Amino acid sequence: MIPAKFEYIKASSVSEALDLLAKHGDDAQLLAGGHSLVPAMKLRLNQPGAVIDIGKIEELKNISEDDNHLVIGAGCTHEQVATSSLVKENAKALAQAASSIGDLQVRNMGTIGGSLAHADPAADYPAVILATGAKIVVEGSSGKRAIDAADFFQGIFTTALEGNEMITEVHVPKAENGVYLKFSQPASRFAVVGCAAIKNANGVSVGLTGVTDTAYRASAVEEAYNGDSKAASEHAVDGVEVMGDHFASAEYRSHLAKVFTERALNALT
Amino acid sequence: MQIKVKVNGKEHISDVTPMQSLAAYLREELQLTGTHIGCDTSSCGSCTIIVNGKAVKSCTLLAAQVDGDEITTIEGLAQNGEMHPLQSAFKENHGLQCGFCTPGMIMTAVNLLEDNPKPSEEEIRHGLEGNFCRCTGYHNIVKSIQHAADSMK
Ligand SMILES: Cc1cc2nc3c(=O)[nH]c(=O)nc-3n(C[C@H](O)[C@H](O)[C@H](O)COP(=O)(O)OP(=O)(O)OC[C@H]3O[C@@H](n4cnc5c(N)ncnc54)[C@H](O)[C@@H]3O)c2cc1C
Ligand code: FES
Ligand code: FES
Repeated sequence: MIPAKFEYIKASSVSEALDLLAKHGDDAQLLAGGHSLVPAMKLRLNQPGAVIDIGKIEELKNISEDDNHLVIGAGCTHEQVATSSLVKENAKALAQAASSIGDLQVRNMGTIGGSLAHADPAADYPAVILATGAKIVVEGSSGKRAIDAADFFQGIFTTALEGNEMITEVHVPKAENGVYLKFSQPASRFAVVGCAAIKNANGVSVGLTGVTDTAYRASAVEEAYNGDSKAASEHAVDGVEVMGDHFASAEYRSHLAKVFTERALNALT
Repeated sequence: MQIKVKVNGKEHISDVTPMQSLAAYLREELQLTGTHIGCDTSSCGSCTIIVNGKAVKSCTLLAAQVDGDEITTIEGLAQNGEMHPLQSAFKENHGLQCGFCTPGMIMTAVNLLEDNPKPSEEEIRHGLEGNFCRCTGYHNIVKSIQHAADSMK
């Protein structure tokens, strides 16, 4: 399978990538690890006129910390996130989500920025990004802004990113404890259902992915939780229109969401 | 467009089209047909090679992406006519039947043993999640990698 014709341009810095995005407009797509974009282009589901390769931009590949946050470059691969000692110590759930993605070869190429921008409803990171209350830092021709996780994911493959913007960093608050558990689709390993539970000074927060057209924060679970994981997990899909497909019916997905929420909450204590 | 790559120690400067996959480039331009294309959709792992030390599925990379990179394919593992310990172990332990998946299995195992020189059986099975074999039932593949790990100590 061969993609439709396109122009390939390599960007060597964030500012160069932003200039190229501004110049080529809607006809251009960024390419990070290419592990969502290249398959889509080969199937001709996506036919950009220009592809701007940001995969070799070194300034996007660092993981660092300040007092309260981890600062993760958008170009960090899933494998880098999964094996980073900073991430394992301060955002355990994020490391667990990263290490559960696809397989070794996919983790060696795919990036956190690419996954968040792609916003697959079955992607793993969004559950953790929502539960930790992370911020997604984006840059574009009109400057830099930090988007709250809660405002970033807007629907199936849809985010708050504007056409001329790119993700440069993800700021993840450090947490006392956290866990990410998923029921994997057996072939692709995408999440049929994935649950992140995070414990910090203010209590417990919960994010779910795979359940509906976009990941969400399970506020009803958080409000109901008083130490009884089972009772709280009954609220996992409150107010949510649960998806059904040939992997799992809506009824089965709702059941999985409750079971994985209960397990994640239990794992925190 | 032009790319410069080092493949199995040898430098190549080639003209590629943006649309060309890395797997197609290796097979068709460099005649390195040990890298197999099974699914061409990043599922089966038979096209796995090593780029800058990491196992990747070459059907899902563009040749253009690896400009400046160092690549090892199955053809680059043997040194001075001596098989790599993983190759010998697959031979000794019947780690292959038809052999279609084998180059990908071995290249993934190279990365696996690099990261973790003494993996448990479970760690090996987890590490091979991206590689399918239609013949062996995986048992002898896992055994081969265990034996290779022992012999590489
Ligand atoms: C076999 C297989 C199994 C997989 N299994 C899983 C799984 O279990 N769980 C899971 O979560 N994912 C899974 N994935 C998806 C994988 O995680 C992708 O790597 C990820 O979704 C996209 O990251 P990328 O860097 O490859 O992005 P690309 O494919 O390069 O880009 C994806 C999209 O994001 C845009 N983009 C990329 N970087 C940026 C940026 N910095 N700013 C703005 N836009 C950007 C691109 O323009 C494109 O539209 C799987 C993929 C494969 C091929
Ligand atoms: S041919 Fe590349 S993964 Fe199957
Ligand atoms: S030996 Fe035939 S596919 Fe693995």
